[in-house]
Amino acid sequence: MQDKIIQKAGELLSGGDVKVVIGYGRGTGDRVHAVFIQKPEDAGALVMDARCLQNLAVYLPKQEVKALGKPAIVARTPVMRAIKQLMYEEQFREGDITVIGISDDGQVLDFPDLKSMNEYIDKIPLALSPEEAAAVAKLDAMTREERWKFWMEETSACIKCYACRASCPMCYCPRCTVECNQPQWISVPAHELGNLEWHIMRAMHLAGRCVNCGDCYRNCPLKIPLNLLTQRIIADIGDNFGQEADYVLAAFKPEDKEDFIR
Amino acid sequence: MTEKKTIKKSSLDGLFKALKSGGKRVLAPVEGNGRTIFREVDSYGDVASGYIQTTLSAKDALLPRCEEMLRFRTEQSTVAMEQGPPAPAPTVVFGIRPCDAKSLAVLNAVYLKDYNDELYRARAEATAVIAVSCTSCDEYCFCTSVGGSPGDTTGSDILLTEIDGDTFLAEIVTEKGTALVAMAPDLFAAAADSAAGKQLADVKVQFDLKELEKKLPGSFEGPVWIAQSLRCIGCGTCSYVCPACTCFDVQDETEANRGMRLRCWDSCGLGIFTLHTSGHNPRDVQSQRWRQRIMHKFSYQPDQLSVVGCVGCGRCSRACPVDMNILQHIKDIVEAR
Amino acid sequence: MAEFEPKIIAFVCNWCTYTGADLTGTSRIKYAANVRIIRLPCTGRIDFMLLMKAFAKGADGIIVSGCHPNDCHYTSGNFHARRRWIVFRSLLNFMGIDIRRIIFSWVSAAEGAKWAEVVNTAVKEIRALGPYDEYKNLSPIRANWRTEHAG
Repeated sequence: MQDKIIQKAGELLSGGDVKVVIGYGRGTGDRVHAVFIQKPEDAGALVMDARCLQNLAVYLPKQEVKALGKPAIVARTPVMRAIKQLMYEEQFREGDITVIGISDDGQVLDFPDLKSMNEYIDKIPLALSPEEAAAVAKLDAMTREERWKFWMEETSACIKCYACRASCPMCYCPRCTVECNQPQWISVPAHELGNLEWHIMRAMHLAGRCVNCGDCYRNCPLKIPLNLLTQRIIADIGDNFGQEADYVLAAFKPEDKEDFIR
Repeated sequence: MTEKKTIKKSSLDGLFKALKSGGKRVLAPVEGNGRTIFREVDSYGDVASGYIQTTLSAKDALLPRCEEMLRFRTEQSTVAMEQGPPAPAPTVVFGIRPCDAKSLAVLNAVYLKDYNDELYRARAEATAVIAVSCTSCDEYCFCTSVGGSPGDTTGSDILLTEIDGDTFLAEIVTEKGTALVAMAPDLFAAAADSAAGKQLADVKVQFDLKELEKKLPGSFEGPVWIAQSLRCIGCGTCSYVCPACTCFDVQDETEANRGMRLRCWDSCGLGIFTLHTSGHNPRDVQSQRWRQRIMHKFSYQPDQLSVVGCVGCGRCSRACPVDMNILQHIKDIVEAR
Repeated sequence: MAEFEPKIIAFVCNWCTYTGADLTGTSRIKYAANVRIIRLPCTGRIDFMLLMKAFAKGADGIIVSGCHPNDCHYTSGNFHARRRWIVFRSLLNFMGIDIRRIIFSWVSAAEGAKWAEVVNTAVKEIRALGPYDEYKNLSPIRANWRTEHAG
């Protein structure tokens, strides 16, 4: 698989249309990190294995990466999903990027265009893994007071470094709501209220958009399980609006449930 | 004035009890939920063991992530000041590593040298440090490259170093340290003259600090910054886990006619850090912010405050989501050309 | 000791519930005075952050109300809002926030009596739940001035 990626990257860069391949390369120690390959002869530095989890779509809107020219991106399922969502949100158009897809069973996928990638990814429904569903269910089974205590304890560790936001491809707003201060929508300091509001807001702004790549949790220096929040929402969307609904919070059905409305 | 004594590991719980009954709040590393952070503890049994480095430094004790500065009340067209925050509680920070103890010199230089920050001074004076030397290290550690060592006493009031499985050598460095010992004198024994048997990690020197300081001023416009930071995603993790980062933001929170001014951590890694009201941003892209981080720690602070703004604890490299390994990056800068 | 009087913020749409509440008044129907009404163009404009702000600033309960389905002045604002509330309620509940304190209703411009009923019921329920100190005292400014800020 790695060899095929290297070969493909070399071809794309030699072709001249693609100026940079965003992929994974050897990092320090036993880590891997994102690399930006600009010459066909450097393509050999690309790596693909179980450590390659970062959602590279986060780099697509980055100013200095854009300046390199048209990118090709090594994309596992969550990355492809992110690209599709970003395209829906008009962050880029057909032809702006090339995708070197990696299927869940390790095949390198050739997509002539983004449309064909979207068609491919549409066939893989976004759903929680059994382990993820169990983690969500464990919290659901608690009393409300226990859940409150759990989240107060977890969010009290938050230092508002915004690694969750920075690592998320969906958090591309040049000015985040937490930075809007006229009026101040949510509290900035990392105190109990500020942290709670931040995590509610982050999850809500990702509702219907989160691709469950897990980077927010993986990259949290304090290991706050904040992906449980977006996973709860993914489960709710599946339960209430069905899988066929694509951009669920930009749509509605007249028969949506309203048993909670008086 | 360093005085040497010994204390048994089994006596540490007694020491904690004595400190507590003497009115001190004891903060120590506690492990749980995937993180090791400083918390108030009741007994030595609660303290994490076997950590190389804590997830966050003990900076929170001196420079809290969110600290009340003052309170005010508006009346018609006037503003009245209310009584400020209560005096900080007398605190003992136990179990920080010598690199973190050394970082106090950086905080002191920023908050006490040119400007006397009363809030910081009050906390610093109310806080004593019992550091514990490192018996092990990992590939992220580089204290010896920035002038420290796993058994360095700088910044500690007492430094404990393992000399055998159940005994610590206690180096009592300051008067604050002597006062702590005086709260439980029976727990300490006289130490033999030699410091033999100190169990210390072997941290190799990885680069020449003088060489780096010489190279940096000329590399401001160099291509190295963008090459290194292309993968940086621009979060504030490195600054917030850093024991020596001191930048802050000021936030006013109001409720009806009352208000409170809070000081919060801030990070030069975030774009908004330098954003002007006009919309202009002098550090518009991430490479400029990364350059600032390195320059500030290894060039500006040595020049202006005579301290190196990095103690080699390695936290930023461990925590970085995208493997921006500070040691590797510095080595690359030193070895360039 | 006097009975606890909850503070309730009502976010209502301009076209149905606000007009309905007006009708309650002009019809001389008496109802509890615990509610402060905030008028917005449409339920679709009632951002979830407004609800969070209300709790943070000391509300014990919240009413969110707008046009019945198919009555929206802007055709579909209430349908979009309904979807958002489904997700939002579940998220808040998952985080341990007491969603019994957020009451949703459809009240049309002709339902003056229903508005009085919605408010009276909400006041009764939230009075029984007591003050929402757990949330409103999270911010240092409220926590530190709690005694002077009772209610």
